[in-house]
Amino acid sequence: MNIHEYQAKQLFSKYGVNVPRGVAAFTVDELVAAANTLDGPIKVVKAQIHAGGRGKAGGVKLCRSEDEVRAAAEGMLGSTMVTHQTGPAGQVVRRLYVEEGCDIDKEFYCGIVLDRDTSRVTFMISTEGGMDIEEVAHNTPEKIHYYAVNPLTGLTAFQTRQMAYALGLEGKAVRAVGKFMQGLYKLFVEKDCSLAEINPLVLTGSGDVIALDGKINFDSNGLFRHPDIEELRDRDEEDPAEVEASKYDLSFIKLDGSIGCMVNGAGLAMATMDIIKHYGSEPANFLDVGGGANKEKVAAAFRIITADPSVKGIFVNIFGGIMKCDVIAEGIVEAAGELGLTVPLVVRLEGTNVDLGKKILAESDLAVISADGMADGARKIIDAIGDA
Amino acid sequence: MAILVNKETKLICQGITGSAGGFHAGQCRAYGTNLVAGVTPGKGGQLFEGEVPIYNTVAEARDRTGANASMIFVPPPFAADAIMEAADAGIELIVCITEGIPVLDMVTVKQFLRGTNSRLVGPNCPGVITPDQCKIGIMPGHIHLAGRVGIVSKSGTLTYEAVGQLSKLGIGQSTCVGIGGDPVNGTDFIDTLELFQADPDTDAVILIGEIGGQAEELAAEWIKANFTKPIAGFIAGATAPPGKRMGHAGAIIAGGKGTADEKQAALKAAGVEVAISPADMGTALKRAAGL
Repeated sequence: MNIHEYQAKQLFSKYGVNVPRGVAAFTVDELVAAANTLDGPIKVVKAQIHAGGRGKAGGVKLCRSEDEVRAAAEGMLGSTMVTHQTGPAGQVVRRLYVEEGCDIDKEFYCGIVLDRDTSRVTFMISTEGGMDIEEVAHNTPEKIHYYAVNPLTGLTAFQTRQMAYALGLEGKAVRAVGKFMQGLYKLFVEKDCSLAEINPLVLTGSGDVIALDGKINFDSNGLFRHPDIEELRDRDEEDPAEVEASKYDLSFIKLDGSIGCMVNGAGLAMATMDIIKHYGSEPANFLDVGGGANKEKVAAAFRIITADPSVKGIFVNIFGGIMKCDVIAEGIVEAAGELGLTVPLVVRLEGTNVDLGKKILAESDLAVISADGMADGARKIIDAIGDA
Repeated sequence: MAILVNKETKLICQGITGSAGGFHAGQCRAYGTNLVAGVTPGKGGQLFEGEVPIYNTVAEARDRTGANASMIFVPPPFAADAIMEAADAGIELIVCITEGIPVLDMVTVKQFLRGTNSRLVGPNCPGVITPDQCKIGIMPGHIHLAGRVGIVSKSGTLTYEAVGQLSKLGIGQSTCVGIGGDPVNGTDFIDTLELFQADPDTDAVILIGEIGGQAEELAAEWIKANFTKPIAGFIAGATAPPGKRMGHAGAIIAGGKGTADEKQAALKAAGVEVAISPADMGTALKRAAGL
């Protein structure tokens, strides 16, 4: 789960990680009023969307007067911002943030990720602040320094000193970096983060270490113990079909093709997308109904797939283990009876209670095309929609 | 002999009084697995299916029964603790089926397991089966056929798919190991391949990977240097877009890394017969093994 920059900065503050003073707003008037409560000659108005790359898209403006603040806010709020992370459709700006400008001496990069190869939380830092870190990793990998944290000790003092020296800092700034990183690590583990990124992290003229930007992702498996984080969810930033699917605990991702897929298991769901592509068409979605799905869940999955106007045909591919084929069949019959079946439907059933499942489909009035194996199923659905 | 589990395996089930734990413990027993005890704190003294004793702690279950394997169905908030309890009790093989464990919990578990004699399989996996000898997990037993091909896989249902294809071709399996698709897990591809390499009952192997992480690339390097048996492979997620998590917590192409193309290329370079479609896993194994 992602949150907005201003929410990340509020969390940083709670953990003693310095950020510029700032206020979030939902209207232009609110934002102008908030800006007037801040100090300093420069105010920074920032569009709040989950995607990165806002600076280049006009979503970050330095303002020197109330009129400039108002003009910046009016320009951003309600506009559709297209960045390299939003996709071509862009994202509508519904929230704004204004903060005090700061006197930047040096800019750095700081990221925290889970390194799968070492199974450890790992800090990545670089002197190349404000740059696209993937480019830095590609062109000058030696400029990124890594520090893996032993979960039993937590981040150690010597590691934060190593970080400070790697950034070329000395004196008071070394201690400031230590406090900053310790706060960040505490936040990361206490709130079950999966990624935290500060780009840029800055050293100010007065020697303070401050997070000028902030991005946090949370491990969705950890959200059950953080109702405060769950509250920060902004459903306006998520795909409506994916939000609907998550209500039924379905794993759903919208794609660009025309064949709707309903599958049990993440690996088989990916493989089903792959085989559709292999035979020359494109999947409209990834959908894993999970292992313990009931009739209602299957029916919900069917509704979500058929609600997509780009779906020209549906391929149900089930290898029942825990999932029983008769449950799938009943869910399909129920949903198709309720919604009507307007596109071709190919069903491949295998595994637990397969005969019962096939019988339920055969005895229904539905025009189901039965498939024997996933290759047969993929070919049949592609033939049925006249693709390839 | 096969690997990890066989007729001699004495299994306990942690979380046996839950609905999933009870159902699957019953299924494993029905398959012929020697289920010697269950563990649920507070339910000690009860019996499962009227015959199998339930204990409050893993340590007690192990002392009383000599169990050497555990199957975990404990819910996600308590699953990490259950794994560590099993390791602390000296259980040699811990198979964690539970899906949805917070990844930072697994970071701690992984550290805890260092220096113990316990091997963890999973979490978020279908389990381990040696056909006709021992089934630990949620896979449908009836699709398997005893034989000499090993399977190691990140995906549950895709393993069933491979097993189904092999069995239809009349090719039996020695042991099928589901290692799970979480970013931090116990036994990995290389650990399992080492066991298959040393196992006289395994003649060939199917490896099933998916997008995300570097485990398949690392496995490919290891295969090139060490693995001498015929091996086929498949990577799921060739059509997955970057930045989207495909169901499994670990199945995500991040920063342009972990794509199916890179993984397929690495496996091919290591001499693995890579299936071009998921319907081709069984036939790819046939080609690899010259069957």
